Amino acid sequence: MQPLAREFIAAVREAARDGELGDTTRAEWSRTRDLLADLSRERAAQGFSPTETATFVFSFKQAIFKRLRSEFGSDAETLAEETWTATELFDKLGLYTAEIYQKAREEVIVRQQQEMLELSTPVVELWHGILALPLIGTLDSNRTQIVMQNLLEAIVAKSAGIAIIDITGVPTVDTLVAQHLLKTVAAARLMGAECIISGIRPQIAQTIIHLGVDLGGVLTKATLADAFQVALRKKGLAVAKG
Amino acid sequence: MVVGKASEIRVASQDDVVVVRQAVRARAVEIGLNLVDQTKIVTAASELARNTVVYGGGGTVLLESLLDGGRRGLRLTFEDRGPGITDIEKAMQDGYTTGVGLGLGLGGARRLVSEFHITSRPGEGTQVRVTKWNG
Ligand SMILES: Nc1ncnc2c1ncn2[C@@H]1O[C@H](COP(=O)(O)OP(=O)(O)OP(=O)(O)O)[C@@H](O)[C@H]1O
Ligand SMILES: [Mg+2]
Repeated sequence: MQPLAREFIAAVREAARDGELGDTTRAEWSRTRDLLADLSRERAAQGFSPTETATFVFSFKQAIFKRLRSEFGSDAETLAEETWTATELFDKLGLYTAEIYQKAREEVIVRQQQEMLELSTPVVELWHGILALPLIGTLDSNRTQIVMQNLLEAIVAKSAGIAIIDITGVPTVDTLVAQHLLKTVAAARLMGAECIISGIRPQIAQTIIHLGVDLGGVLTKATLADAFQVALRKKGLAVAKG
Repeated sequence: MVVGKASEIRVASQDDVVVVRQAVRARAVEIGLNLVDQTKIVTAASELARNTVVYGGGGTVLLESLLDGGRRGLRLTFEDRGPGITDIEKAMQDGYTTGVGLGLGLGGARRLVSEFHITSRPGEGTQVRVTKWNG
């Protein structure tokens, strides 16, 4: 902490000597900004709160005020003015750390979501020859291709005739997601398997229609349970009460 | 018409597209759009954000909450300084793509929102502005 504080004060001093105290977006302040950005990102990753992160900056205020008092103590007007300038400056720098912190947290969340996607896309065999791929999360990462590839490989490995792709857990179906789905359905068909897409919520159905995506050639069902029932029927099987 | 809260987000990578969708979803909920309209504006944002990344070489989106009489709206302005679009009419056509997509992004986005404006100058960049009203 000590060396960082020294470095920060040195950067502020340098910027204040050459530049505007009122505008910390200027080039003179870039070293100070970079320093605070690194600090904020590091703390966001370590799980500090935004308040704790901004406190690093605010904690310098007291020392600065003390210094100003000893320098301008007799001149009340200048003291008030300088104190105000210093307050504004350190508030701005403090808020800047909060802003970077927020951005860093968002990045962490995006990364976590991607990791989650990797974990949550197993191909499961519901019955002999009936596979299901419950998709959860964001679909436009590179993972999609791998996930779809896995499904095609499982179709071959299990000699499956039917594959259910469930998109209940996919928040957005845009043209890219639709394209991935259509490609997978077409590839599965070439391998002799039929795909059923399930879990199309009403709002997603409406959006797909407005987008102009044609799912006409694909069997779709509202729920995974419905899709499973269709799959069983196609195999000449039925669920009966015991 | 009153412009309320405004914020700008960078749109430079696939990850940014995810961040844009999340931010648009949060704003749509905040201004009281129903679930169908939330989904529509989020999907339109996803299309436009991806075009900004893929064809525009990256850019920004400005999110603005609007108040007009009694109705509330969400306006999104995507901007890039990429190669621009020479023939906008053609680009808007369903099925037209210079990439590997379905060519439905622009036309689809227009059908999903209440208002749609696109301006582009070859060599200078592209701006797409969409608004969704809650009624
Ligand atoms: N921001 C942009 N800058 C330059 N060209 C663009 C931009 N946005 C769209 N275009 C052009 O317009 C075409 C049509 O865009 P549109 O979003 O409708 O389809 P797509 O992106 O090719 O495919 P899809 O969106 O269905 O995945 C693109 O292929 C591209 O040539
Ligand atoms: Mg597109």
